[in-house]
Amino acid sequence: MTQPTQPKGQLLKVLGWGAASIMMYAMLLIYEQQILKWSTKGHWFFVFPIMIAFAFSFVHGHFTGEFWRSLGIRAKKSSSTQ
Amino acid sequence: MDAIHFIHLDWTNGLYLFIVGFVGGLVSGFIGSGGAFVLTPAMMSLGVPGIVAVASNMCHKFPKALVGAMKRHKYGQVDIKMGLIMGTSAEVGVLVGAHYQELIKQNFGDAGSNLYVSVAFVIILGLVGGFVMRDTIKTYRSGESGDEEKPTRLSLWVQSIHIPGTMVYFPSLKTRISILFTIPLGFATGMLAATIAVGGFIGVPAQMYVLGMSSLMSSATELVIAFVMGVGGTIKFAWGGYVDIRLAMIILAGSLFGIQLGAIGTTYVKPYMIKLVMGVIMLTVLVSRAMVIPVYLSQLEIISPMTTTTMTLLKNVSFSIMILALMFGAGIILFAMLKGRREHSQQPIALKLPA
Repeated sequence: MTQPTQPKGQLLKVLGWGAASIMMYAMLLIYEQQILKWSTKGHWFFVFPIMIAFAFSFVHGHFTGEFWRSLGIRAKKSSSTQ
Repeated sequence: MDAIHFIHLDWTNGLYLFIVGFVGGLVSGFIGSGGAFVLTPAMMSLGVPGIVAVASNMCHKFPKALVGAMKRHKYGQVDIKMGLIMGTSAEVGVLVGAHYQELIKQNFGDAGSNLYVSVAFVIILGLVGGFVMRDTIKTYRSGESGDEEKPTRLSLWVQSIHIPGTMVYFPSLKTRISILFTIPLGFATGMLAATIAVGGFIGVPAQMYVLGMSSLMSSATELVIAFVMGVGGTIKFAWGGYVDIRLAMIILAGSLFGIQLGAIGTTYVKPYMIKLVMGVIMLTVLVSRAMVIPVYLSQLEIISPMTTTTMTLLKNVSFSIMILALMFGAGIILFAMLKGRREHSQQPIALKLPA
C-alpha cells in the first residue's frame, strides 16, 4: 500500500486539485442560499443539482485520489478476478 | 407543494456529516454498497425532514458510486455490461418500490410505513446476511485461502440454461447467461433500495450466489448499479425540489475520501473479507431495526401502548447500533488493509528466504 518514493509532480497535483476543491466548497457555502433556491425550484431545474453533483465528483474525486496517492496509499496490483 | 424546511448549516453538523460520509464511503468502496443506510437517519437527527434526507442521500450516492466504479474499473473489477443491464431493471424496481411505500404510507401512516421498512430489513438481512455469514465461516473453517471462490450449484445451473434471444455474454462470468435471470435480480435490488436505501444487500449476494460472479467483481459492479439507480432517483426527487445540495455535497466530501480508500483496500484482502464485512454489517443492522419494531407495533396499537420514554430509548439504542455496525465494518476494513499491506511488504523477504 505504501510506496516510499513519490513522483515530483505528485505534490503539485494534490495542491492543484485540492485548491480547486476547496474553492468549489467555499463558493457553495458562501452562496448557499442562492444555490439552494435554484436547486430546489423543481421540475426542469432538476438539472441544477445533478450538474453540481457531477462537477463536485469530478474535482473532489480527483483530489481525494491524488491525496491518498501522495500519502503512498495505492492499489497493490491490477486484480482481475474470477 | 408545501414549503420545505431546510436546516441552518453550521460547522458542527457539517463536520458530523463529513465524518459519517467518510465511514459510509469506506464501506461502500469495499463492499459496493451499505454505507448509505445510516445517512438518512443521521440527517434526520439534525432536524432534516425525512423526504429531504432521502433525496439528499440519493444525490450524494450517485457521484460517489461513479467515482468508486471508475476507481475499481482501473483494477479490472467492474463488469460494465452487467452493471448497466441490472441497473436498468433496478431503476424499474426503485419506481415500483417507491410506489408501494407511498401506498403503505397513505393507508397506514408513518408508523405503518416505518414498520414495513423495519420488517423488510429484518427478514431480508436475516436471510441474506445469515447466508453470507455462513458461507464466510465455511470458507474460513475449511482452511482454504479464499483466493479462488467456487461457484455455487445454483449459479452453475443458471449458467447452463440457454433461452434463445435472451443470451448475453458477460466478461465477469466468461460465459453467456440469459438476461431473464439478471432482470428480476436487478428489479429486486431496486425494490430493496427504495425500501431500505441499500439495494446492494440483495444485488451483491445475488451476483455472487445466483450468477456466479466473484465477490470482488460483484461488489465493484454493484457500484455501477448504484450509479444508475442514483441518477434516476435524484432526478425524481430533484423534480419535486427536495434535494438539499449543501448536505449532499458535504457528505460527498467525506465519502469520496472513504470510497477511494475502500476501493484500494479490496486489492489487499482475500475475497472472503468482502463477504465477512457485508455479513457483519447486515446482521448488526438487523438487530438495530428489530429493536424498533415494538415501537411501531405500539403506535399502530397492535400491542399495548409504550411510554414516550421507552420509545425514545429504543429509537436511540437502535440508531447507536446502526452507527456501531458501520464503525465495526470500517474497523474490519482498515484492519484487513493493514494486515494485507504487512503481508505484501513481507513478501519479497519470504521469497528470498529459500534462495
